[in-house]
Amino acid sequence: MSLATKDLLGLENLTQENIEIILDNAKSMKEVLGRSIKKVPTLRGKLVVNLFYEPSTRTKSSFSLAAKRLSADGMSLSAKRSSVVKGESLVDTARTLRALGADAVVMRHGVPGAAKLLAETIDIPVLNAGDGAHEHPTQALLDLFTIQERKKNIAGQKVAIVGDIKHSRVARSNIWGLNKLGAEVRLIGPSTLMPEQIEDLDVEVYSDLEAGLKNVDVAYLLRIQRERQDKGFFPTIKEYTKFYGVREKHLKLAKEDALIMHPGPINRGIEISSQLAYDEQSVIEDQVSNGVAIRMALLYLLIEGGNQDE
Amino acid sequence: MSKLLLKGAEVVNPGNNEIKQQDILIEDEEIAKIASNIKVEDVKKMDLSNKLIVPGLIDMHVHLREPGFEHKETIATGTQAAAKGGFTSVACMPNTNPVLDKETLIEGLNQKIAEDAVVNVYPIGAITKGSQGKELAEIGSMSQAGIVAVSDDGNAVMNSEIMRLALKYAGDFDLPVISHCEDENLSGDGVVHEGYYSTVTGLDPIPASSEEVMVARDIALARETNNPVHIAHISTKGAVQLVRDAKKQGIPVTCEATPHHFSLTDQAITSFSTATKVHPPLRSKEDVQAIKEGLEDGTIDVIATDHAPHATEEKDVEYDYAPFGISGLETAIALINTELVETGVLSWPQAVEKLTTNPASILGLDEGKLKEGAVANLSVIDPDYKWEVKPKDFVSKGKNTPFADEELKGQNIMTVVNGEIVYNNK
Repeated sequence: MSLATKDLLGLENLTQENIEIILDNAKSMKEVLGRSIKKVPTLRGKLVVNLFYEPSTRTKSSFSLAAKRLSADGMSLSAKRSSVVKGESLVDTARTLRALGADAVVMRHGVPGAAKLLAETIDIPVLNAGDGAHEHPTQALLDLFTIQERKKNIAGQKVAIVGDIKHSRVARSNIWGLNKLGAEVRLIGPSTLMPEQIEDLDVEVYSDLEAGLKNVDVAYLLRIQRERQDKGFFPTIKEYTKFYGVREKHLKLAKEDALIMHPGPINRGIEISSQLAYDEQSVIEDQVSNGVAIRMALLYLLIEGGNQDE
Repeated sequence: MSKLLLKGAEVVNPGNNEIKQQDILIEDEEIAKIASNIKVEDVKKMDLSNKLIVPGLIDMHVHLREPGFEHKETIATGTQAAAKGGFTSVACMPNTNPVLDKETLIEGLNQKIAEDAVVNVYPIGAITKGSQGKELAEIGSMSQAGIVAVSDDGNAVMNSEIMRLALKYAGDFDLPVISHCEDENLSGDGVVHEGYYSTVTGLDPIPASSEEVMVARDIALARETNNPVHIAHISTKGAVQLVRDAKKQGIPVTCEATPHHFSLTDQAITSFSTATKVHPPLRSKEDVQAIKEGLEDGTIDVIATDHAPHATEEKDVEYDYAPFGISGLETAIALINTELVETGVLSWPQAVEKLTTNPASILGLDEGKLKEGAVANLSVIDPDYKWEVKPKDFVSKGKNTPFADEELKGQNIMTVVNGEIVYNNK
């Protein structure tokens, strides 16, 4: 099985078949992670570079760990460039990485489309670890994996994504992925944080939390950034929590076995109550461990092209 | 005396909606004769059958980048690009470094133009000092130095009182105010049109209202002061409708549209190519349709390129970091032919009107018509010539075009400025 694609830039252009190949492969990787020796020699001698233009603890360590578990060598570069004037350009950095002998590059960047620019510049696989508000494909894939693990089938599941949809790459990637696998997607949040014409992506939009959560199988909560308050998207964090913070009473509106998900890091007591974060219906920690399996699968599929025989 | 006889071309004159096969005799700087079958001896003859001869085209909105940004463009390269594109006159915007906001700077520029330009160049002065939008620039003195309009193009004049005073004051010197209509608060950090494609790409959006509230404001100010305002690069359906209504009421407002705003929709941004990054942004399909309707019914008076050249390394970066702008002089004629004439939106005479007499009347220039005794400014267009856009072949330093590798139909093949052939690809 191979993906027949050089890079992983987003879920918009990933076929349903490819998504399923990745999820299947991640199952095998998860099995490896359950062993007492959690390491395989699959990518021995390969160099995976983490190129992070934005701070990230979780995604970066998840990718580093995934590379380690596959016996690849890892290298991390934190780049600070944010204006045109200072520092080396992305295009030039990319060429340097190629010259250093990188076999794949994992990049987090604040500008939408940056991963595509990188992928067009170098001939090795590029894994998008988040590009601005565009896509965060590995997050969505690990989310799909987690839902599938718990619910068996993604098709037909009602999934509500709650919060700042406008600035969220996680939401966008999840909308593409969930729709491709046949889920029903709802978006809940204030109109100020809902992007224009989002309903054209085959989603139902709610500004009322309770109406939106009714009967859902999954409540997916997004992190709210305090800086959005300064830009006027909502009056105060307190008021945001009052209308969009998910608490126990809201969960009662959802299906009995509904899952609570969050890409992390969580703001406990803001978008999610402390109780719910660690409730038995919460699969937030599963998401974290599944992330390593998904990223192992992707590194393997993209670097080795899915070839078993090496 | 140097003589040149252009034979058998289809002569397009704006105003009368007809094309006549005629010969044109140029003697020194002047058009000596326009008639059928001119017979003269001892003259250089050119057979131009099946070609169009149009009055020298005027592009009232270009950025020549000099002084200060010579790595993007110079007066020499920019005017060579104009000549290649069929333009015999351009009006250049003052957002250079320093900003052209003083008489001495205009005089310096005029000197440079006299040395380097291959087409006529008319400077536009800033509305406010440094185009900062706070205090009026010395518009009167710049007028004496020869500016043809004032504009803070690239920046909006956010302070409505300053804009109102600018309209009144510029009016005293018979200068139009060219307005870059954009509400900076609504635009914020936006880089693309707000709509489906901004949502899908995650690129920061600029809503249509950012342009429309300022067009509405400027129309209100033009009505109140009764001084003319010219809306630069109009791009939204709502803005076109505002201008249409204002014209019906007799308010002195005119406007221009760029070739990229009638040729491309915001769908182009899904490539994430920085060549699609432009101010105002490429708009929706409905907006593009409205621009065409505005051109057709005369609401939009002028086609201007907003030629905005940038260096390759400046555009070869992440979308947010790239400067706004498209290098437009060398693709304009082909886009007008391909997108407007061939599709029946405009006839050639109607299109030519928006490139000659209309901009000439807004800027107060005695240009734009082919007539005996007039200075010989004209261009020869081959409307059937098919070509592929190759940015590396641009004579402009700015290779930044979203039309790279596209096949277009029609191109300028010869340009005559003041009786002299400045471009010839016949």
